[in-house]
Amino acid sequence: MKLFQRLVPWILLAIALFILPAALDDFRLNLFGRYFALSITALAIDLIWGYTGLLSLGQGIFFALGGYAVAMNLMLNTKSLAGGNGIPKFFENYGVDQLPFFWQPFWSPVFALIALWVIPAVVAGVVGWLIFRNRIKGVYFSIITQAALMVFFHFFNGQQKLFDGTNGLKTSTTELFGQLVGSPDMQAWFYRLTVVLLPLAFLVCRYFTSGRFGDALIAIRDDESRLRFAGFNPVPFKTIVFLVAGALCGISGALYTVQSGIVSPQYMSISFSIEMVIWVAVGGRGTLVGPIIGATVVNYLRSLVSEALPEAWLFVQGALFIFVVVLMPDGIYGWITKGGFRTFLAAFGIAKKAKTYPQLDKEAIPVD
Amino acid sequence: MELFFSQILDGLSIGSVLLLAATGLAIVFGLMGVINLAHGEFMMLGAYVTYVVQSAFKPMGGVIFELYFPISLVLAFIVTGLIGVLLERTLIRQLYGRPLETLLATWGVSLILIQLIRSVSTAMMLGIFVGVVVGVVLSKLLGAKFSEKPFFTYLNGLGWAVAIGIGLIAVNLFDQIRPLAKPWFGPRNIDVTAPKWLQGSWGMIGTIELPGLRIFIILLSALLLLATYWFLNKSVWGLRIRAVTQNRQMSNCLGIPTDRVDSITFGIGSGLAGVAGCAITLLGSVGPNLGAAYIVSGFMVIVLGGVGNLLGTVLASLLLGIIQSVIGSGTLLTIFPDMPLAAKGVIEFFATTSMSLVLVFIFIIVFLQFRPNGMFPQKGRSVDA
Repeated sequence: MKLFQRLVPWILLAIALFILPAALDDFRLNLFGRYFALSITALAIDLIWGYTGLLSLGQGIFFALGGYAVAMNLMLNTKSLAGGNGIPKFFENYGVDQLPFFWQPFWSPVFALIALWVIPAVVAGVVGWLIFRNRIKGVYFSIITQAALMVFFHFFNGQQKLFDGTNGLKTSTTELFGQLVGSPDMQAWFYRLTVVLLPLAFLVCRYFTSGRFGDALIAIRDDESRLRFAGFNPVPFKTIVFLVAGALCGISGALYTVQSGIVSPQYMSISFSIEMVIWVAVGGRGTLVGPIIGATVVNYLRSLVSEALPEAWLFVQGALFIFVVVLMPDGIYGWITKGGFRTFLAAFGIAKKAKTYPQLDKEAIPVD
Repeated sequence: MELFFSQILDGLSIGSVLLLAATGLAIVFGLMGVINLAHGEFMMLGAYVTYVVQSAFKPMGGVIFELYFPISLVLAFIVTGLIGVLLERTLIRQLYGRPLETLLATWGVSLILIQLIRSVSTAMMLGIFVGVVVGVVLSKLLGAKFSEKPFFTYLNGLGWAVAIGIGLIAVNLFDQIRPLAKPWFGPRNIDVTAPKWLQGSWGMIGTIELPGLRIFIILLSALLLLATYWFLNKSVWGLRIRAVTQNRQMSNCLGIPTDRVDSITFGIGSGLAGVAGCAITLLGSVGPNLGAAYIVSGFMVIVLGGVGNLLGTVLASLLLGIIQSVIGSGTLLTIFPDMPLAAKGVIEFFATTSMSLVLVFIFIIVFLQFRPNGMFPQKGRSVDA
């Protein structure tokens, strides 16, 4: 049994790498690639919400920044998309004939590969430090991250001359290694890349949540004041974990962008960032497996419902929010591991009740 | 200078719309600690109530039609207030003391409300009615027989799932009947025409025209604010609400019905949102997505002003409105034509509606660096303020 438990992750990885590509058509495989990319974001949110208790409603910022970093590089290096001056064509629509200065370094793929996680990390670090320094927490943290999200959204949306505004940057028509990024072959490679990076992200999260650092995070979640009274300064812990989460979201956004074929300010919409949180809640916060399950299940459900009944998705999603928060606060994974499934079976007399001492049956509980 | 004043007036009216949106939030968030992300959707419901009232009054024409607006103000308050009470009784009640959870759950509610307004039809309402009736009957029946059994909770859940399924089938069946399937509003925006006495100008001060609509909105928000203040500070229920806010258990011991206080507080907060939505219909066409535009700004106003402080809410909303209008229109450039080139560039950069919002939010984040608890922080000794 022990051996089997150890093998499970490897089996899952092998299924994702070898069986899924063979079993699914290009379209479905691409969808699964996107779900796994989004799972990395879910992991990041679990790191800051499930473990540290910081409910950020602004992870879309970092997600989109990663996406933009990749898209800018791809746009620049595609000959067919270049206009008269050798810069992307869309600039011509707004009468811009010189590349904005911050686009310059994105000519280099190496820079873009580093920027796609360093830029979100730096932004997250700065924003996080400014907020945590003032001991802004709980709901106020959520509201302020949402405000920061609006800042970035309106900035990217309003600056057509810099980022093509609402249209966003299309990556599906760009080229990489002489091939169209949107081609099935390329997409299959991006899928494999995502499947390899997801376990790495998982390991990063496990590294940060185990050991003394992880204990500190959980202490912050459970009682921050007490941690402070014990002589710890929670600010560096929170800043570091927020920064790491930002970097992970950047990577996730980059992977998602190349697979969905576009990055646009919609990635920074309020609703998308709140959706990310619900993936974690559905899967099970405070566990590292939960978010991956949650992101995959919710997004798969979304594809199914939107294909069958596009109008029903908002109803289903809204109901999911309410259901998970009120009835299943531990999520799917938490429900199973914390004995919810056992209790469920026991209620119908299928499995034996867990023995507790003193007995926790109805008559044993004193009336308060 | 004239331009400057009219810009300020403009800012005041933007600010007073914000204030209308934020007063309800200030009550729900400041007094109950509930983050109601569906507040914007309550505003949207208020706007749709106005639309319905207007459509009902249209055939009468003449003087009676001119009077539809005050009536819809009252109706919007009552309808959204009742929906708020319903929401509190069924959902919010389960989540007290867990503000982050209320945030997620009310977001779910807001999604449902948006889609409901988009696709609601007579068929759908009938289907929902059937589903709810079946669900209640099933849970009563099952409760009578199995309520002692350990699996009752799951059985009850199954019963409701069956009820939802039957409701869905009912919706589909009713949809077959053409006249019932027609959506009431549809996803498109709706237009409410302001009554004549609100259109046009209400006289002049010096050379500045006073546009009726804007003045009316400013007056309305001031009036509502005064009413709220009076209610909270002078009425019996206001006293009870404040008592519960300060110490729930003690109030309970002294015989204050805390459940009812919660319902009333939430109902009034939601009702105010409805009135705000009613006022927003005067400013342009409204659609199902109306709420999103106001909800973030509303919370910003509360955080900036200091939670649980009406004066802070007023100052913050007016300040934000004025900043937004003065910066967004680029008036500063016309007033001070000869400023240094660098400053000019910066102002031009922010002189659009969306960029002025960027500036406003940056301003708030910077402000909170110096006053983390807003302009008027709550005084208290608790560690977790």
